[in-house]
Amino acid sequence: MERQGRLSLDGVTILIRYGEIALKGKNRPQFEGRLQQAVERALTRAGVPLGPGRVRRAYGRLVVELAPGYEPGSPTLGRAIRALSRVFGVVSFSPAVRLPLDLEDPIPAIARAALALLKSTVPGASGSDTAALAAARTFKVEARRPFKQFPLNSLEINQQVGAALLRQGIGMRVDVHQPDVVVGVEVRQEGIYVSTEEIPGPGGLPVGVSGRAVLLLSGGIDSPVAGWMSMRRGVELIGLHFHSYPFTSEEARRKAEDLGRVLARYGDGSFVLRVCPFTELQKAIQRYVPEELRITIMRRMMFRIAERIAAAEGALAIVTGENVGQVASQTLESLGVIEAVTRLPVLRPLAMFDKMETVARAREIGTFDISVRPYEDCCTIFTPVHPKTRPRLEEAEAAERAMEQEVDVEALLSAAVAGTDRQELEPLPE
Amino acid sequence: MSIYLDNSATTRPAPSVVRAVEEALTVQYGNPSSAHRLGVAARRLLDESRTRVALLLGVSPEEIVFTSGATEANNLAILGVARAARALPLSSYDDRERKEREGKAAGAESRPHLITTAVEHPSVLEPFRRLEDEGWEVTYVAVDRQGQLDLAALSRALKPETVLLSTMWVNNETGVVHPLQGIREVLIQFEKTQGRRPLWHVDAVQALGKLPVSPRELGIDLLSLSGHKMHGPKGVGALYVRRTVRLQPLVWGGGQERGLRSGTENLPGIAGLGVACQEARERLAADPEASYLRRLRSLLWDGIRESIPGARLHGPGPDTGAVAPHILNVGFPGTRGEVLVRYLSERGVHVATGSACHSRRPEPSHVLGAMGLRPDEIQASLRFSLSWENTEAEIREAVAILREVVAEVRSLTGWKGRDD
Repeated sequence: MERQGRLSLDGVTILIRYGEIALKGKNRPQFEGRLQQAVERALTRAGVPLGPGRVRRAYGRLVVELAPGYEPGSPTLGRAIRALSRVFGVVSFSPAVRLPLDLEDPIPAIARAALALLKSTVPGASGSDTAALAAARTFKVEARRPFKQFPLNSLEINQQVGAALLRQGIGMRVDVHQPDVVVGVEVRQEGIYVSTEEIPGPGGLPVGVSGRAVLLLSGGIDSPVAGWMSMRRGVELIGLHFHSYPFTSEEARRKAEDLGRVLARYGDGSFVLRVCPFTELQKAIQRYVPEELRITIMRRMMFRIAERIAAAEGALAIVTGENVGQVASQTLESLGVIEAVTRLPVLRPLAMFDKMETVARAREIGTFDISVRPYEDCCTIFTPVHPKTRPRLEEAEAAERAMEQEVDVEALLSAAVAGTDRQELEPLPE
Repeated sequence: MSIYLDNSATTRPAPSVVRAVEEALTVQYGNPSSAHRLGVAARRLLDESRTRVALLLGVSPEEIVFTSGATEANNLAILGVARAARALPLSSYDDRERKEREGKAAGAESRPHLITTAVEHPSVLEPFRRLEDEGWEVTYVAVDRQGQLDLAALSRALKPETVLLSTMWVNNETGVVHPLQGIREVLIQFEKTQGRRPLWHVDAVQALGKLPVSPRELGIDLLSLSGHKMHGPKGVGALYVRRTVRLQPLVWGGGQERGLRSGTENLPGIAGLGVACQEARERLAADPEASYLRRLRSLLWDGIRESIPGARLHGPGPDTGAVAPHILNVGFPGTRGEVLVRYLSERGVHVATGSACHSRRPEPSHVLGAMGLRPDEIQASLRFSLSWENTEAEIREAVAILREVVAEVRSLTGWKGRDD
């Protein structure tokens, strides 16, 4: 009797589903391990106290056990939900209450747990007020019983839990075809999981499983989005920013740092940013390259540096925010002439995006407001009036040979690589 | 090496100021409103500081209201006058609204009216924009290519229902000194024909300590000043409010500062401001024309003119008297001001583009724009602002570095000395 009105619950957990990585044969344990790690880090970073079971792998899912003492609807659970919704590899997840298997009378306990979860997720429904639940809400119970020793079968659980919920007078109706809410009941060896919602995750693959790449991070709108999309495919990024102080400002560098700190929210808790001093190369290009080819040569120099940084960092590809046709320097001719300097694969996740799609994604992931801060990442002094939109490889190579007559380009490249800073950035607080 | 030539952005607090601030934090930390000995000591320091500010302006201490800085002083003057005027029963503004609602011809002459200039600091322009939103009519008087106020236009702008005129004394970007004597004559003339004149507010932030400032002689009703522009602390300023002027406060509370600025007084800041004002007064007494600053300024401009081709002075010539002794705005075609600022700073010379408040924004300076400069000319300009702490050797060194930096940047932009 002393438990009346309270949940006799074993604990609040979160069940995490992951689709894609489960399919990947031999690599599966590694992928699961990465995801497990990523989930645990994300929750710890969000200040979510975990229970003794922490994050476990079980029957093709991850089970997060929250520290004891949490009821459905606590702010901690809200933080956990926010954190999980940006862990790549998570397809969906459900906060769930776990009840012990050996309850004398499990059905009312399951119904009470379901009711508590419903109240925590339906806006306006709290305490004894069930009117909000009644407002245009239907439900059905969907039970599964992998633990066959349980005395009731799935159908019986469905019927009895449904009936118990109706008896609670919550005002919700049963609709087995198109319910607003599915009350999930899973009877497993370690307990009975009750859940009432399935929250979509970002999908993709856990960061790191696809290896490492260098991201050219300018400070504009595109490159952080390209970075985010790569991370979602499991790529661990090394950011590379070109800094032309004093032609560009400290604020421009800070922009790149803040963008890296936003990307860190989606990764393993930090983001490595390399900042390359580009001033001397930029000046040499300005002095010794014909105006219409300067952008092309500048990008070629950047890719050369990126390749060397990649070698030092063990990265296997270069990621850019380039987009076909968006600006004059991003024609297919330009892209070809630029990437000719590297043997690494050049990945361009935004290649076929419209600007509007990129902007929408930038807003979603939280980089847009930083990208539009009014500090240029390339000084207008270096912006040619008429860049060549269709450069030819021979032209570019000839221009570089002419440049080498005037200045030791290799020395400038080596100095730029040697002077490249390395920072580990913490996630930007929200 | 560090050559600081950005004294219109802020100044280095004088050592005596730092001592006064520290003492107010450690010794006279009482609340001036408390009755005990600590409170009495704090009150005495407050009164003393007020007297020091008043002495610099040649006004009565009771006419000084301490604020959190010149921005608040400007806001208090402008919004305070406008709102006090509007609080009058049956204000002409409400009358106009009613007439408009009734579909009758709204007598434009009955709409309450304010005047300022196109080249004011944002802390003046923005309160006026706010008042425009509230239904006031505001006239922004133009300046000529030299940045000098058009007195004829000012005279035409005055109307019987003009409530307030606000003009700065010294422009913070160009150093142009507005012709306050001329403005005064325009106002006297207007009063002769109309029997009344608007209140007159002057933002004197850049003039204090460099020019003799005497609001009474000029018939100024309200005058703003800032501590940190004259070797005082940041976060403190003052507004001179002539005895009979009525203001509505911006901040309500315990009624400090004659009810015009509630809140426990920022005594450390105020003590620092008092000392800064006293030092400024002593310096001006010794050198009333600020000839030391003028000499440095001439040295700077002559050095630039002689060694950097194409350099262009923005504003009146340095020896015309229409320009403050400490500010010099120069265009360097074929460069970008912000690039020069960073380059120079790397080499120990600290200067500004436009004003400090502008240089973090992408829009080009509205002051230089109002003088008719093109955006590319504005973007290629630097502001140098001097203080008593600068030396002739520093100026020579700065010119030499500037010459090299401008040449370096021009070698990249391909500037060939064409005068476009």
